[in-house]
Amino acid sequence: MARRENPEINAGSMADIAFLLLIFFLVTTTMNVDSGVSKKLSEKPPADYVPPVIKEKNIFEVNINRNNELLVEGDRMEVKDIKDAAVMFIDNGGGIGKPGEDGTPGKACDYCKGERSDSSSDHPNKAIISVQSDRGTEYGVYIQVQNELLRAYTELRNRLSQERYGISFDELEESYKDAKKSADSKSRAEQLKLKVEDIKKAYPQIISDAEPTS
Amino acid sequence: MSKFGKKKKGIPAVNTAALPDIVFMLLFFFMVTTTMRETNLVIENPRLPTATEIKKLEDKSLVSTIYVGKSKDPNRDGVGYNKIQLNDKISTADQVPAFIFSKRDKLAEALHPFMTTSIKADKESNVGTIIDIRLKLRDVNALKINYSSTAGSKN
Repeated sequence: MARRENPEINAGSMADIAFLLLIFFLVTTTMNVDSGVSKKLSEKPPADYVPPVIKEKNIFEVNINRNNELLVEGDRMEVKDIKDAAVMFIDNGGGIGKPGEDGTPGKACDYCKGERSDSSSDHPNKAIISVQSDRGTEYGVYIQVQNELLRAYTELRNRLSQERYGISFDELEESYKDAKKSADSKSRAEQLKLKVEDIKKAYPQIISDAEPTS
Repeated sequence: MSKFGKKKKGIPAVNTAALPDIVFMLLFFFMVTTTMRETNLVIENPRLPTATEIKKLEDKSLVSTIYVGKSKDPNRDGVGYNKIQLNDKISTADQVPAFIFSKRDKLAEALHPFMTTSIKADKESNVGTIIDIRLKLRDVNALKINYSSTAGSKN
C-alpha cells in the first residue's frame, strides 16, 4: 500500500486569527506618552517650624484670583507678560547672594544682566517666586502661569549656558541624558553633569505655592 | 493537441499565504510600542492644559495617575469638574494616601523616591481640588508630581 503524503494543513484562516489578535491589542492598549509640567513638592515642615524672614524685595508675588485675573507685584498683568517680568526680577542681581554651604560669604551676581535695582531681587539664588491662587481659580490658568514662570528660568539658563559652554541648556541636558545611557561615555557624562549642575546652581528654580485664598 | 486543451480557465486566485506574516508583523509592532490600558475612566476624558516646558515621564511602572474632571454619570456622582478618580472609582482627596500606599506596595522600597504622581486634570477644574490632593501627597512624602499637559508651540 503506497502511503499518501501528509496533506498540507490549511493555513487559510491563519490571517483571520492574527487579525483578531491584532484588533484585541489595538483596543486594550494605549500609545500616548505621558508628559507634563514636573514639580517637586517641598517636604512637610515640622510642627515647630518657624519660616525664615525673607526680605520683601526678594519675593516676586503672583496672585491669581477666582476670575482668573493676575496680580503681579501689585499690578494687573496679562499671562503673556509675566515671563518678561519674572526674567527681570530673577536677573536683577542688586545685592549679594546666599552664603555658600561651606560658610563662604555670598557673592554678587557676576553673570546677571539685570538693572541691579535696589528694589528688586538681590541674587538669583535668593529670588523667590510665590504663586498664590484662589481655590476657585481654573486649573488651566494656573498651569499657564506655572509654565510662563518656568519659561523665564529656561530662558535665563539657556542664555548662561550659551555664554559659558556655547550650547543652550536644553541641548546640554539632552546630551547629558544621551551620555548617561551609553556605558562607554562615562567620563563625558561626568563632565556634562558638572556643567548641568553649574547652570542649575546659577539659576535655581524657586517657585513656591502659597496657601490658597478661599 | 491535448497539451493546449489543459489551459486553465478564469483568473487565478491571489496568493494569500504571506498575509498572516504581514498581520503578525503589525501585531508585534503594536504589542511592543503600546502599553496596557490600566484604568477605565469614570470621568470624561480630561481636556489637558497646554504647556511648553514639559518633561516626559520615563518609566511607566513608577507612575501613579490621579484623574480630575467631570463625571460621566452626573446622576450618581454629581456635577462639576472637581471629581477625583483613583483606580476605577470616584473618590475624595482623603483617599489619596491609601492609593499611594497601595501603589508603593507593588514596588521595591529603593524605588519609592523615584515614584511620580501624574495628575491628569481637566482645564476647567479648580485649583482648590489640586491643592487638596497635593497636601495629601505631601503628607505621605510622595513629592514628585507631574501636571499632565499637552505640548504647545513655543513662541
